[in-house]
Amino acid sequence: MLPELGQVALILALLVALLQVVLPLAGAQRGKASWMAVARPAAFAQLLLVLCAFVVLTISFVMQDFSVRYVAENSNSLLPVVYRYTAVWGAHEGSQLLWALILAGWTAAVAEFSHKLPDVVVARVLGIMGLVSIGFLSFLIFTSDPFARLLPAAAEGRDLNPLLQDPGMIIHPPMLYLGYVGFVVPFAFAVAALIDGRMDARWLRWTRPWTNVAWGFLTLGIALGSWWAYYELGWGGWWFWDPVENASFMPWLAGAALLHSQAATEKRGSFRGWTVLLAIAAFSLSLLGTFLVRSGVLTSVHAFAADPARGLFILIFLAIVIGGSLLLYALRAPRFEQGAPFAASSRETLLLANNVLLVSACGMVLLGTLYPLLADALGLGKISVGPPYFGLLFLLLMTPLVLLLPFGPLTRWQREQPSKPLALLAPWAVLALVSGIVAYFLAPQGAWKTAAGIAASAWVLLGTVRFVWTRLRSARLKPNGRFTPEMLGMTLAHTGIAVFLVGALLVEAQNVQRELPLKPGQSVELGGYAFRFEGVDETQGPNYVADRGHVQVTRNGQSVVLLHPEKREYASGGQVMTEAGIHGGLFADVYVALGEPLGAASDPDRTAGAWAVRIHIKPFVRWIWLGAVLMALGGFVTATDRRFRAKPAEGST
Amino acid sequence: MNPVRKRRLWFILALVVAAAIATTLVAMALQRNIAYLYTPAEVLRGSAGENVASGAAKFRLGGMVAANSFKRADGSMQARFRVTDGDAELPVVYTGILPDLFRENQAVIATGRMQGGTFVAEQVLAKHDETYVPKEVADKMGMAHQKHGVRTPADAAADAR
Repeated sequence: MLPELGQVALILALLVALLQVVLPLAGAQRGKASWMAVARPAAFAQLLLVLCAFVVLTISFVMQDFSVRYVAENSNSLLPVVYRYTAVWGAHEGSQLLWALILAGWTAAVAEFSHKLPDVVVARVLGIMGLVSIGFLSFLIFTSDPFARLLPAAAEGRDLNPLLQDPGMIIHPPMLYLGYVGFVVPFAFAVAALIDGRMDARWLRWTRPWTNVAWGFLTLGIALGSWWAYYELGWGGWWFWDPVENASFMPWLAGAALLHSQAATEKRGSFRGWTVLLAIAAFSLSLLGTFLVRSGVLTSVHAFAADPARGLFILIFLAIVIGGSLLLYALRAPRFEQGAPFAASSRETLLLANNVLLVSACGMVLLGTLYPLLADALGLGKISVGPPYFGLLFLLLMTPLVLLLPFGPLTRWQREQPSKPLALLAPWAVLALVSGIVAYFLAPQGAWKTAAGIAASAWVLLGTVRFVWTRLRSARLKPNGRFTPEMLGMTLAHTGIAVFLVGALLVEAQNVQRELPLKPGQSVELGGYAFRFEGVDETQGPNYVADRGHVQVTRNGQSVVLLHPEKREYASGGQVMTEAGIHGGLFADVYVALGEPLGAASDPDRTAGAWAVRIHIKPFVRWIWLGAVLMALGGFVTATDRRFRAKPAEGST
Repeated sequence: MNPVRKRRLWFILALVVAAAIATTLVAMALQRNIAYLYTPAEVLRGSAGENVASGAAKFRLGGMVAANSFKRADGSMQARFRVTDGDAELPVVYTGILPDLFRENQAVIATGRMQGGTFVAEQVLAKHDETYVPKEVADKMGMAHQKHGVRTPADAAADAR
């Protein structure tokens, strides 16, 4: 009975979404206040209904209702209770429901916090968000119904994919989706501005915190996914340029460009058209990501099952959203006023460079991700694009970005003498270079990469500190020269880049790894650590049996840690999973993963023989995620700036 | 020409040059880093090309791990197995830890090159759930071909001729 209620709730939500689109949009066009007033209550009603459906599905999982097909396919009576909650978004249907729920949540939030905006704008924005909601709700209802019954009911479920039975997976999808879907807010504002034919700086100021928050969540989501891949897949890597990773990285890059161009448009009125285009791009790339992941056109860890109907649906939806908004852009963008003029040497130019580089990087990732699809469609053979392609081009594009970064905050809007910021930063550039040279000679291996990592990181960090110093000094001298949350957020995010650079480049340069056979009692030395393999025994988990290894790690004769890498075989389906043993530290991770037993298969006592063991020492690997957390924090802190919420003064720029 | 037009002209010129450089770089990087997927039959028949058969080109080998073909000398990291596409088999050698989902009779994609009749793999991927066959491998093998007696479009085309 309950699942049918969920189904009904979804259908009602779809009807409410229809209402939320038609009446407010028509009302805004004709100036009918009563029609426009429908938008807010409709947004809240939609959230309530989708939440109902989500709760119903969650209850079905917790109660183990195997008469629901989706539950039977993704749960099992042995599944621990925690994972019954998270299994809700463990596969296609449920994760789309989560998408719809988060979209409804963002819509309701916009409805709640938009009272200072003109009614026409609110009506249009909520109407457009409703349009997106219609797309996703009908996708759910018509192609991927999470409440479909399985008759007769299954006696036992198939179990949640073991890869997803992990604490990291509990919060990775919700964070990622909060980011993906959050870009709907700037998108809806951009489209509303296009319909109106003009872009008011006040509305733009209002959307900036939303973009920042969405981007912050996306950063956290990507970082969590990377962290999960690092400890769960047992390969010790943190980024694989996998198509699905790329799918989440493209909106991130476009979003980062959008943050910066929004700042320029809001403060100086420059790049109006470009900002609108980026807002459209960021959200379209989020949709494209969903399409790539869900349609099964790409070979990836995330591709669950290929269903052509779903792929076609999203493709059509994508075409409508992108095509429609671009058409509107072509028709209306020329009406936008020009912003204040600026000289070649000004903060506007630097922000433009930032945007060009980030967008090029995004385009490069897009090309590398879609090229195999394109080649397949054109009959050029089945190909894959290797990580070196992305690595090389990314390095080429990000180097100028890192070099220019410290100049941005220190350069004035409109016009600046180039000598001024150069003089401010010259001593720090020298210091960064010196630290790079010192690192070159201190590095035990990978000297060039280490030097580059240290120098680049020091340059970004010192440049950011220089900015903070300048600001704090002027804050003391001038009464209105406050150090605002906006500046603090920027400082945090740029510091995050410095921290990330250390992690990404140093782990690449200093990583040591070996794969080798070890017999119980055997020892091996690696990177200053000694590893003694104590053997393997069998342990029983809630829904798996594991071969649990014991590896004693010592350094200079002192015991560091006893690691327990595991090889788990799950009861249903017999899928095998590696669980790496990791000793984490701020400066280095010690990482041990168990391969397979190397003894003869006929040997009855397989735990006594040699095992293949993979050992990594990963210096500074945690800095990668620490840097990402700082960047996300920067986005959140910026959003708290009261300037964005102040009652807007009359008059537009 | 007035100064505004002149500046615009320079701007457009710079844009064109930048775009040209970017295109060249991207094309070069792509060219060097793409790997084609072939099945054992294509490699042995020679339809994958001379470079692949001779071992000059790196490629990805896709297919199923043949039943009862997996061997590993006691205590050694070197694994040997055969990859089949239903028509032909190719011996593969790989030194290192195989992925968790590597199993006989399951889909696999290995990256590497030919060396005297054997495929020497640098990387072996089998990262999907137990019932899933990577789409590109399924396409290549004709999936049902010779396994369930279902005709593929390729069969129909051959009959028509």
